[in-house]
Amino acid sequence: MSSIINQKPIAAALPELRNLGTILRIIIAVNLLVAVGVLLREWRWTAISSAWLETVAVVEPHLLLQLLLLYALAPQLERLPYRTGSLVILALTAAVAIALNAMLGMLSGITQPGALLRHMVFALLIAVVLLFYFYLRAKSLSPAITEARLQALQSRIRPHFLFNSINAVLSLVRTEPRRAETALEDLAELFRVLMRDNRQLAPLDDEVQLCRQYLNLEKLRLGERLRVEWHVDNMPRDALVPPLVLQPLLENAVYHGIEPSSAPGVIAINIFLRRGEVHAILRNPYQMTGSHHAGNKMALANIRERLALHFDAEASLESRVNKDTYEVHIRMPYRSTPRSEVAHE
Amino acid sequence: MSDAALKVVVVDDEAPARRRLRELLDDCAAALPLVVVGEAASGREALNLLSSTPSDLVLTDIHMPDMDGIELARHLLKLPVPPVVMFTTAYHEHAIAAFEVHAIDYLMKPVRVQRLLTALQKVPRLRPLTGAKLDRLPASARRFLSVTERSRVVLVPIEEIIYLKAELKYITIRTADREFLLEESLTKLEEEFGARFVRVHRNCLVAREAIRGFERRVTADGDAHWEVLLRDVPEALPVSRRQQFVVREIGRDTSA
Repeated sequence: MSSIINQKPIAAALPELRNLGTILRIIIAVNLLVAVGVLLREWRWTAISSAWLETVAVVEPHLLLQLLLLYALAPQLERLPYRTGSLVILALTAAVAIALNAMLGMLSGITQPGALLRHMVFALLIAVVLLFYFYLRAKSLSPAITEARLQALQSRIRPHFLFNSINAVLSLVRTEPRRAETALEDLAELFRVLMRDNRQLAPLDDEVQLCRQYLNLEKLRLGERLRVEWHVDNMPRDALVPPLVLQPLLENAVYHGIEPSSAPGVIAINIFLRRGEVHAILRNPYQMTGSHHAGNKMALANIRERLALHFDAEASLESRVNKDTYEVHIRMPYRSTPRSEVAHE
Repeated sequence: MSDAALKVVVVDDEAPARRRLRELLDDCAAALPLVVVGEAASGREALNLLSSTPSDLVLTDIHMPDMDGIELARHLLKLPVPPVVMFTTAYHEHAIAAFEVHAIDYLMKPVRVQRLLTALQKVPRLRPLTGAKLDRLPASARRFLSVTERSRVVLVPIEEIIYLKAELKYITIRTADREFLLEESLTKLEEEFGARFVRVHRNCLVAREAIRGFERRVTADGDAHWEVLLRDVPEALPVSRRQQFVVREIGRDTSA
């Protein structure tokens, strides 16, 4: 382990309890487990449906009540150390079981002996299984595992861009040394970001700044052929986003949308906040003759993966071809403070 | 400017790259008499320039919009005295491997002045690339066919061609406005542009897009055959018996 530089210990963490992805996973997993449980208990067709109804009548109220509680307590729970947090969730599960049983007993007037015990054991079992599942999931998506992929993405910048840019800077050295200086500074900045540890979320403002520097370099090469329109006045500057979430898309836009044509083309970047979500829409001219789309697909898949890693189901990336423009639309939750376990790392 | 001065044309779609190469050529001028007779931002522009300005050497980028460097080299062969072509590229990608295999000279951008000078010194001993050699490079399909007219190279955009018809030694290229004569093989053209053209006769390729329909024609001696009706031009072309399946295939497409 000591030979691996830059290795941070994997901090086990509870899943994000307010994340739609987490909630869906819990609902689906619990219902699947219930279905399996019912099938194990009854295997005659007629008996299955009544057994299922009977079980669901208890499980679903418990599930909903517990999800609501977890949602309400999420900020407090996520701040606890992993072990304590897990124990609190198990205690919560037991408490919900007791409360529901008492309530059902009061409503129906009948108290079945052993019902509470069965309910509690079953609920705790499911809770443990789910906690273990989320633990494994967090581990498989942990920075150490994804680092290789992230690094692959980082070094993905096209060598073609690097050498053409250096060539463009060389052309300025003799006649316009000051512009050459700025260009080299932009290039240095770009590579500093590309080579640093990019596993944690960074402010949107930084990403936009990086994109501007990148586009300045491309403009140096392509001159009038590259036109850029920024619509970022309503952008939430402090929103935290995965680093390099936009730059590779702009690189694709230049490579596929601007370079194949000698006529000027426009790349439009539109970033705004709507209903608690950050939207980024990039548009570039679409060239029918584009024969090299493999690189584009790879970049999209990579960004999608990183969005999923950071935001699960709450972020999305969609691309589509309109008549003569290509459009990528990214949707991310608006967050301006880092999650607790990231903050103290 | 002595007669012996090497006449050079610089072709690159990026202005800074052209400027850089000019600077380097200026640096070389002390050691080797040369003059830059012009520069162009695309293969097409370069062809126009070279038709009127003879030159000894063309330094061209490979990747360019409109017409890439390899296609430019092909069309340049149609000039009465084709210049030597040297390719420049920023990145050693798979295409470059083919250049090495066939001993075609290329320069890596950024170019070092010493490397450029060595290349320039070789030029008087070099012959223009042959078409056969260029054929072996992994080029994308041509965007133009080129014909020589009064010692100028005229480009015919592929998408303007309605049909190609082999007649004796030449191929007639038909566009909406006029005809051109081309010296190439119809079979090779069919291989290169098979997606766009369909063979209706042993001697004729027709652009699928230009087909308006088919008509059954009965001659005086009672022989019947199909004819292709075309957009933009009045003449109808006969479909040979062997290619009659085309009528059914395309006829169905247009009706659908």
